[in-house]
Amino acid sequence: MIELIKNTKIDFMGKRFIALAVSAILTIIGLIAAVQVARGTANLGIDFAGGTAVQIKFNTSVMLHDVRKALEDGGIKDFDLQDLPTENKVLIRIKKSGSNIGELSKGIVSVLSQKYSQGNVVVDSTTEIGPKVGSKLRKDALVAVLVATLGILIYVAFRFQFKFGVGATIATFHDVLAVLGIFFLIGKEINLLLVTALLTIAGYSLTDTVVVFDRIRENLRTKFKKSTSEIVNQSINEVLSRTIVTSFTVFLSSLALFIFGGEVIHDFALAMILGIIVGTYSSIFVASPIVLMLGKDKGFNKK
Amino acid sequence: MKKKFLWRISLIATATILSVLFFLPSTSLVSSLPEWLMKYGITLGLDLQGGVHLVYEVDIDKTVDVTAERIASSLANTFKEKKIEAKSEKQGLDIVISPDNDQVKKTVQEQFPNLSLDKQSEGKVFYRLNSAEVNRIKNFAVDQALETIRNRVDQFGVAEPTIHRQATNEIVIQLPGVKDTKRAIELVGKTALLQFKLLDDEAPIAAQLPGTIPPGGEENLLKQFAGQVPEDDEILFGRMRNQETQIESKTVYLVKKQTLITGDFLTEARVNIDQRYNEPYVSISFDSTGAKLFEQVTANNVKKRLAIILDNNVYSAPAIQERIEGGNAQITGSFGMEEAKDLAIVLRSGSLPAPLKMLQNVTVGPSLGKDSIDAGIKAGLIGAILVIVFMIMYYKLSGVIADFALVLNIVFLIGALSAFRATLTMPGIAGIILAIGMAVDSNVLMFERMRDELRLGKTPRAAIDSGYDKAFWTIFDSHVTTLITAVVLYEFGTGPIKGFAVTLGVGVFINLFTALIGTKTVFDLITSRREVKKLSI
Repeated sequence: MIELIKNTKIDFMGKRFIALAVSAILTIIGLIAAVQVARGTANLGIDFAGGTAVQIKFNTSVMLHDVRKALEDGGIKDFDLQDLPTENKVLIRIKKSGSNIGELSKGIVSVLSQKYSQGNVVVDSTTEIGPKVGSKLRKDALVAVLVATLGILIYVAFRFQFKFGVGATIATFHDVLAVLGIFFLIGKEINLLLVTALLTIAGYSLTDTVVVFDRIRENLRTKFKKSTSEIVNQSINEVLSRTIVTSFTVFLSSLALFIFGGEVIHDFALAMILGIIVGTYSSIFVASPIVLMLGKDKGFNKK
Repeated sequence: MKKKFLWRISLIATATILSVLFFLPSTSLVSSLPEWLMKYGITLGLDLQGGVHLVYEVDIDKTVDVTAERIASSLANTFKEKKIEAKSEKQGLDIVISPDNDQVKKTVQEQFPNLSLDKQSEGKVFYRLNSAEVNRIKNFAVDQALETIRNRVDQFGVAEPTIHRQATNEIVIQLPGVKDTKRAIELVGKTALLQFKLLDDEAPIAAQLPGTIPPGGEENLLKQFAGQVPEDDEILFGRMRNQETQIESKTVYLVKKQTLITGDFLTEARVNIDQRYNEPYVSISFDSTGAKLFEQVTANNVKKRLAIILDNNVYSAPAIQERIEGGNAQITGSFGMEEAKDLAIVLRSGSLPAPLKMLQNVTVGPSLGKDSIDAGIKAGLIGAILVIVFMIMYYKLSGVIADFALVLNIVFLIGALSAFRATLTMPGIAGIILAIGMAVDSNVLMFERMRDELRLGKTPRAAIDSGYDKAFWTIFDSHVTTLITAVVLYEFGTGPIKGFAVTLGVGVFINLFTALIGTKTVFDLITSRREVKKLSI
């Protein structure tokens, strides 16, 4: 039997205040990010903000500042340039374009085709989102997050006692906010794909929490003599290896996706990796302490 | 004892065979397949095979406006014909008739029963289209736009286009696999309003206008001559390309606003090649009404120049040499073969009833899609190998069993997606790769339970059974939460995200199946043959 973690006796609950401080910071950053997203001041993707994104693949290598100059000379304004140097690709983004969508991308392509000769410029992708669609997608995403969280909450409430439900819900929110906050801090784009990742994380992080909760619930039924804190600690120690192993396998596949999955899915994979790490941490350091705090006084040892 | 497994083994075997069968049409492994099978398989999403996803808004208010305008002028004509002293004009949403008397009102009611009296004041009657009629006009406009776009796309030749209406006045167009995306977008979105108007060469300003200007100078020119243009005229432009230098320029035209003939009377539009210049042109034929009109217009305006205008661009403005009978005309201009073909297509399929406003355009070139697939396959294989190796290292022979379940999982997942004819998108591929990691989770939970039981001194047989029993609810709960996420993503997500939701959701059921039936069967098989003393876990 190979065991990564053998008979640990780590006092998780003793460290819960340090953990809560860390989590509080993560959550606050996440909340700030959420407010910024709602106000439209965060680094929103074209799909949420509306605007134009054109990805050009050059057949020969080009200098980014030459591209910038060519676009400026061609009368293109307020654009962001980003290069994917490995493949001679350049991403040009213009947020909040006027109502005249369709023209901007044509302009970009024709300016670059003139500068770099037609055959050298291949349009990889064009995304143009009008302001109306952008705000609709933003609203849909918000509704999706709320409905999903509500759905999960109802299910947990149905399957577990109240205090477990509270713990699981707070932990889930914590994970989603933490990943959103980290993306906000490192300036990554917040787009539809990230929201998808966040919802997936919400679902997956709960899986992990359920594993811990199941054991706490079971031990509460069988071990009467110990204090609640001891039981929670013991339960976490018992399931530590399995929560880490289950997370690790998903971590492995997300890592493969992150490294080899290509540009389109790169940030999605990053969000999943962060989500898995935060999700595992929160099952132990967020969900469980909340159960412990809520269940301290009464009714806890009865069942 | 053996009978107990028989149905489980045959279930797994059947599912495997079916999965492979359903997936076969998506591969090029087998050249000829029975017809019933051919309709299955995975369709690649727009992001993977390249193509265009467009959302347009039909400017329906404009249609209502145009209708009101038409009614007002039609009423004015009626008054003239019936020799009624009355005026009819459009003001905002109203059709205003003066003077206010019974004869006028009666005429209006007879001619346009769909007009309802809005108000009367200062000897004027204000009419408005009633709301039922407004709705009918709007609906009709969107339906007609849909029909026209379908027509154009069909003639352009796209394998499996999706064109449908969304909300009240939006049209969603998906053209997967289109290579020349720029051309496709132009073809779909063109209003294609063909008009014939006379040039006004007699106005004094006509001589002052420059003959040609460089492209981009249009706005300045309009500003420069603002106020000097006669009320009934307008300045329009035409595109010219010098045959030798290939330099483009804009020809300036002073055109009378009145439309003499429109493209509504067209019956045919074909591309022909001019033998002398080897340049393509589009020949058009009018129906009988159009032909009569054309004959009349040409007869009355010999020596004048007639501009052929499409969407406010002048294609050419030949001088009328003589009365033209038969209703045939040619549209020449400096265009290439493809452009001429597309022009013929839009003329044949008719103009859009109202201008389209682009709301969304997502275009993916074919190379990016291919790169994404390659990257996805690579990431999937590496991810699978990492997980498989880890499981064997950590759980030894039991790990092999879990890996067996993992492979089954992926085979079933692809098979199920093929059976549902699901659309695979890049996020969908990501979903499959995540499923690789999640597939073994259920097994990990059971194995850890078995280890717990073994530590308590239970026999392998008992450990396996109680491991499965005790882990069941944990596994069930975790799958339900993922399923909730998948359903929500499917409901609220757009194209690529829906693809992810489908893989995630289908993956949940398959995972339950492989974990609870797949691996359990293998364990049962091993322990049933002989007394297992030690479990390799």
